[in-house]
Amino acid sequence: MSDLRELYQEVILDHNKQPRNFRKLENANREAEGHNPLCGDEVTVYLDVEDGVIKDISFQGKGCAISKASASMMTAALKGKTVAEAEAIFGQFHAMVMGEDEDVDAENLGKLAVFSGVREFPARVKCASLAWHTLHAALEQQDTPVSTE
Amino acid sequence: MTALTTRKDIQTELAYDVARVREDFPILKQMIHGKPLVYLDNAATTQKPRIVLETLDRYYKEDNANIHRGVHALSERATRRYEEARVKVKQFLNAADAHEIIFTRNATEGINLVAQTYGRKNVREGDEVVISAMEHHSNIVPWQMLCEEKGAYLRAIPMNDAGELLLDEFEKLLNPRTKLVAVVHMSNALGTVNPVEKIIEMAHKHGVPVLVDGAQAIYHRKVDVQALDADFYVFSGHKLYGPTGIGVLYGKAALLEAMPPYQGGGDMIRSVSFEKTLYNDLPYKFEAGTPHIAGGIGLGAAIDYLEGLGMERVAAYEQQVLAYGTEQLTAVPGLKMIGTARDKASVLSFILDDIHPHDVGTVLDMEGIAVRTGHHCAQPVMQRFGVPATVRASLACYNTREEIDTLVRGLRKVKEVFG
Repeated sequence: MSDLRELYQEVILDHNKQPRNFRKLENANREAEGHNPLCGDEVTVYLDVEDGVIKDISFQGKGCAISKASASMMTAALKGKTVAEAEAIFGQFHAMVMGEDEDVDAENLGKLAVFSGVREFPARVKCASLAWHTLHAALEQQDTPVSTE
Repeated sequence: MTALTTRKDIQTELAYDVARVREDFPILKQMIHGKPLVYLDNAATTQKPRIVLETLDRYYKEDNANIHRGVHALSERATRRYEEARVKVKQFLNAADAHEIIFTRNATEGINLVAQTYGRKNVREGDEVVISAMEHHSNIVPWQMLCEEKGAYLRAIPMNDAGELLLDEFEKLLNPRTKLVAVVHMSNALGTVNPVEKIIEMAHKHGVPVLVDGAQAIYHRKVDVQALDADFYVFSGHKLYGPTGIGVLYGKAALLEAMPPYQGGGDMIRSVSFEKTLYNDLPYKFEAGTPHIAGGIGLGAAIDYLEGLGMERVAAYEQQVLAYGTEQLTAVPGLKMIGTARDKASVLSFILDDIHPHDVGTVLDMEGIAVRTGHHCAQPVMQRFGVPATVRASLACYNTREEIDTLVRGLRKVKEVFG
């Protein structure tokens, strides 16, 4: 049960029940959809980026507790950060949940460090990283939605 | 006479000793996260009895050689054992002839074989192939690929809220353009056992042949392909307590003989020159290259094992555990069963409150309980019931009522964590 509590920490359960920034961002200038075909999890990340700063960020979607809490805490952590800072945090978060780097400084990740338990559950790593990969895709877009016309 | 029959019935009932059956499966005796393993993911694959493991081991230690070629003793022995396995499959399915038994990799390959040979030869632009709303992706995608190539249409028999096919609707789908019906015998996602005998009878009235996907039914029900009058029947060995990588396509000889070969290569030819190749007879026409010899022999051992337990006896026992499981799970507050057909086997598919099935699966795993969570390769079924995924517990010959109790306790723990 201790291992289980390591995965499902209170803060994760709280964000699962009451996800933050769970809405469509009307004035978003970047957005991306992510899905995990294995489990059917879907997430859309909305961003309002101005002068390289994430002014606002939100998400919508459906998924398990890990994926929902991860998306919720990601939006809470990144509001007000620069794009470069967000990408750096993504890199550290990814390394942490993949178990690539045991020495990732949890201090840098702040509250996001609660996801460190995920690396003990390989089948759930994708749940934790889905929102972040979707964010990454959104950040790589142009400031205004790309039109094909 | 009556007294004798009664005593025999009682003996049959008593003779199913699940504790002894469990002794035959070495893998079951292990701890997962400090708890005894409760294996309830049988619809994905079953565990293997010792006799299958020993047969595989003995084959490689004593008989290994390539088949149908050598004149030496090992090759003759390996060939004999492989062909004996084919005869066991023939008897198990009650096929008319052993050459109607084609060894494949799995049920999926059997379906693809029929789609790419019978299908490509007989399905033309504007024709129709009928499947059902509860198919596994393996009985959808091969037909979609065929229909796309030929400009044909794929139709699906709808089902009701219990997960039962609507045969009146099926009747309406049958028309002169219908070239094939491919339907699952038992749903992996819902547990529904379909009335395939009736479906085949209805299709045959319109002169339409029927392929039955028996991947799930094969280890829960006695299958008699002649009594069903099935034109094709496919299954995988690994769900029948046999090895992975070996499966079976049964086909009526007349249909198989008229079909072009599937893959080219060795063993499927009679003679080859650069101008012309003459194909081999059944079943070798469809078995190009060195097959999974050990797998075929291992499957034969699995069939012997299951017949030793008694197919009907196993099925009757599993139905009792299923009934108990249905009763116990339905009593869990917030649990909703997905798939409540009158004729069901093995499968308990459900959702619990609004807790995502993956979270349920992870908590159960920490209790040593292996269930499947997700869409079970049947996304149209999930869409039909308006859920992204379910938790699925599925039973086999070695599962017990006590394991159902453990599952129910596990679900209470899930509710504690996410309550």
